[in-house]
Amino acid sequence: MSDALSALPLFSPFVEFAFMRRALAGCLALSLGATPVGVFLMLRRMSLAGDAMSHAILPGAAIGYLVAGLSLPAMTIGGLLAGLAVAVLSGGVARHTVIREDTSLATFYLLSLSAGVLIISLRGSSVDLLHVLFGSVLALDDAALLLLAGFASLSIVALAIGLRLFVLEGCDPAFLARISRLGPLAHYGFLVLLVLNLVAGFHALGTLMAVGIMILPAAAARLWVCNIGPLLLMASGLAIAGSITGLLLSYHINLPAGPAIVLTLGALYLLSLAIGPLAPLASRWRSGWHFER
Amino acid sequence: MRFDNLTLGYNRHPAVHHLHGEVTAGSRLAIVGPNGAGKSTLLKAIAGELRPLQGRLERHGVQRHQIAYLTQQATLDSSFPILVHDFVAMGLWHKIGAFSGLDQALRQRILQALDRVGLSGLQKRPLGSLSGGQLQRALFARVMLQDAPLVLLDEPYGAIDGASVHDLAAVVRHWHAEGRTVIAVLHDLEHVRQEYPEALLLARELVARGETTSVLSESNLLRARQLAGGGDKEVAAPICHIDEVGT
Repeated sequence: MSDALSALPLFSPFVEFAFMRRALAGCLALSLGATPVGVFLMLRRMSLAGDAMSHAILPGAAIGYLVAGLSLPAMTIGGLLAGLAVAVLSGGVARHTVIREDTSLATFYLLSLSAGVLIISLRGSSVDLLHVLFGSVLALDDAALLLLAGFASLSIVALAIGLRLFVLEGCDPAFLARISRLGPLAHYGFLVLLVLNLVAGFHALGTLMAVGIMILPAAAARLWVCNIGPLLLMASGLAIAGSITGLLLSYHINLPAGPAIVLTLGALYLLSLAIGPLAPLASRWRSGWHFER
Repeated sequence: MRFDNLTLGYNRHPAVHHLHGEVTAGSRLAIVGPNGAGKSTLLKAIAGELRPLQGRLERHGVQRHQIAYLTQQATLDSSFPILVHDFVAMGLWHKIGAFSGLDQALRQRILQALDRVGLSGLQKRPLGSLSGGQLQRALFARVMLQDAPLVLLDEPYGAIDGASVHDLAAVVRHWHAEGRTVIAVLHDLEHVRQEYPEALLLARELVARGETTSVLSESNLLRARQLAGGGDKEVAAPICHIDEVGT
């Protein structure tokens, strides 16, 4: 059976090489854990905030690196702390000063990125810097895979339990505040989930690409469906399809894996933009279709 | 409900001054007045979302979570991917909370509410596909499911067509018949005369309160316009100058 599969170009890389299977498992964990969080990130109009937060993780992870080298626990804890700190700080600055939220996020993102790169350059090589910026999905070890799977499991369970809260918080936050005291829990709980998944994404795809697997499949799926349940499922499905295709492309054409995955997801988004039933192009070209937005 | 020397405002700028009065349970009261008269501010305070700057507002026997408060549609993201049925079902939060499921009886109540506001058959449609009037009907259905003894409506017919106003006014009459207290901020005086037995005319301070026909007299309306003056909220500050010195 495995001989038959290894003869097929679609399966052979995963049958023959453990590093490809590990990369696939890591991407599956991200698709199931991080992508649904990305859907809510998009629906809350926080896509750019997510991007800024992914950069915010860098100096924390870099300090972990400075202390303990390329150590998974040290970089994870550093990343989590830095991400949460910036989430709270940038929100606080936007609420209590004349600086608006987008500017507040941009300032912290610039500070974080430059501080992170500087700290890593103090000790590491340019290879280490590339590892941190673009991840190393083809070099995931057991500990990293367990971390990705653990964060994904936590994220799925939390989203399943709090789904109604997250939906109402995204759709009509003032109504939620009126009928329940759980609004702040939903808000801060979501930020914690976001940082957890960004740290997981950081290990596989690096700080510059981690948001890719969250936002691109979410945005692509939004052009096809208009109900939250199917939207979550379709986004995860697209993320899985994009990850597998990206990994195969990187193997067969010898491309860097992280960017290949994110570019494939980007291609899925562009395709959805062209033919998705809720995209402006499709509704104009196919006047016979009568889709509701 | 009692207002006792109630003064309301934002950032220490008063918008409503020294309001006295009572609203009895089960009444149907319209709050009217020129723009900037403090109508929405008063409704917000009744909902418990704004602390009085001065004086007291007592709601006897009604907790904050027992109030259904329909604001002008500022915070609702109508492009959110949710079906009309699920959106309206959020009105049942007091029954199902964040975690419980819907049983057959509750599903039936949702369908009944949709039917009563004239949206039956549209429950599987995405919220974003509704027109302005239909969206307002969906919001009324959500209020209906909240099953609240006190219903507050802030300009509920702002930008909707005559047919929707007609249907939703019938829903308000039904709430009144069920013994609920309904307080609505409204602009259309003719609608108030037809639908609301009691009215409160506000122009930063109480102009008149009582039976609608006597409250909405020419002289009262003229006085309200004069009190509202240029319609600039800053004008309110000097009026209250003496009180501020006094406190």
